[in-house]
Amino acid sequence: MSVAWAFDAILAGTVLGVAAWIVVARETFAAVAGFIAYGLLLALVWVRLAAPDVALTEAAIGGGVTGVLLLGAAARLRGGATVPDVWPAAPLRLVAGALCTVIAAALAAVVLLLPEPAPTLAPQAAAALPATGLGNPVTGVLMAYRALDTLLEKVVLVLALIGVWSLAQDASWGGVPGPQGRAARAPDALVFLARLLPPVGIVVAVYLLWLGADEPGGAFQGGALLAAMWILMMMAGLAASPAVSDRRLRLALVVGPAVFLAIGLAGFFSAGAFLAYPEPWAKPLIVLVEAAKIVSVAAALALLVAGPPQRSPR
Amino acid sequence: MILDLFSLLAIAAGGFFFLAGTVGLLRFPDPLTRLHALTKADNLGLGLVVLGLLPRVDWPQGGLKLIVVWLLVLLTGATVGQLVARVAQRPGPRP
Repeated sequence: MSVAWAFDAILAGTVLGVAAWIVVARETFAAVAGFIAYGLLLALVWVRLAAPDVALTEAAIGGGVTGVLLLGAAARLRGGATVPDVWPAAPLRLVAGALCTVIAAALAAVVLLLPEPAPTLAPQAAAALPATGLGNPVTGVLMAYRALDTLLEKVVLVLALIGVWSLAQDASWGGVPGPQGRAARAPDALVFLARLLPPVGIVVAVYLLWLGADEPGGAFQGGALLAAMWILMMMAGLAASPAVSDRRLRLALVVGPAVFLAIGLAGFFSAGAFLAYPEPWAKPLIVLVEAAKIVSVAAALALLVAGPPQRSPR
Repeated sequence: MILDLFSLLAIAAGGFFFLAGTVGLLRFPDPLTRLHALTKADNLGLGLVVLGLLPRVDWPQGGLKLIVVWLLVLLTGATVGQLVARVAQRPGPRP
């Protein structure tokens, strides 16, 4: 029993403990705080599984953005958000518990019964990587082998945002996200942080984007960081939230999927297939798509957090 | 050998501050003292762990990254401490 084994066992135990605590927590806010800790612990698990790309995304999206979204929802629900006193009938609870146990046991069995070594396409993926000019096989999978999935993922992000916007009332459609009236002045400490942190955050985000071609990183992780910086500045009152009808904003939202789609369609002529890259141009094209994607991801994530428009357009 | 000993001592001291900070977080009676315990763990504990790790990473890329991480945690930790303290001191029902 080595140190690494003991660490993994403690980590797995803590993840399960936090997960159980989220389920049984009686207060929404406490459950959300637990969920954020859960996301960060899960990121550590991905690091231990040698998947730093997934770990970065989990920390940024699972812990960060989803955490902020849930905190917002918890604040909105405050008052009527404790566990209801009326419980479902005992048979119903029994059936639900049994079904959950069966699903968990089936998943565990599937994972444990995988043939050894597990079936994998990793050698083929690594062998074909030089043709793309990339050094990070994960980026190769996302941007070349399974580019269609990545493209649809970006479109889904825009659709999700349209779903959030459609919650707006008729009068405020096309308006500005955020509560009615002037917000209270942000605390000085927050304003100070919002002045100091964004330059660092923007540099790190661009670094993550550039690094994504050869090392763990990429447009999604960088975009989440950019979104966080923008949200911080909006919270501190240093940047006004834009009206959702703003043309520049809408352009930023669609530039990622649009560039991706345009290069994908151009693939018909230059490389003979949708979303294929002509070989000598593969890497520059992929970096171009990633650069367009980071703008759209940042805008979409920040606006998802900002919520539906609540103030009428000026 | 001496560097290994230095790393060991610094990281162990950092671990001690994290432990003490956690004990303080659990045992102290009100939000302000709990914040005090928490920020000590972040600032000193992480600083000592980074100090202990510095001789073990390549310089300057790895080492500078570690120092930047520590500085960022210092900045955000201090800010979050201020913000939580403001809410804790506000009269009225506790959120």
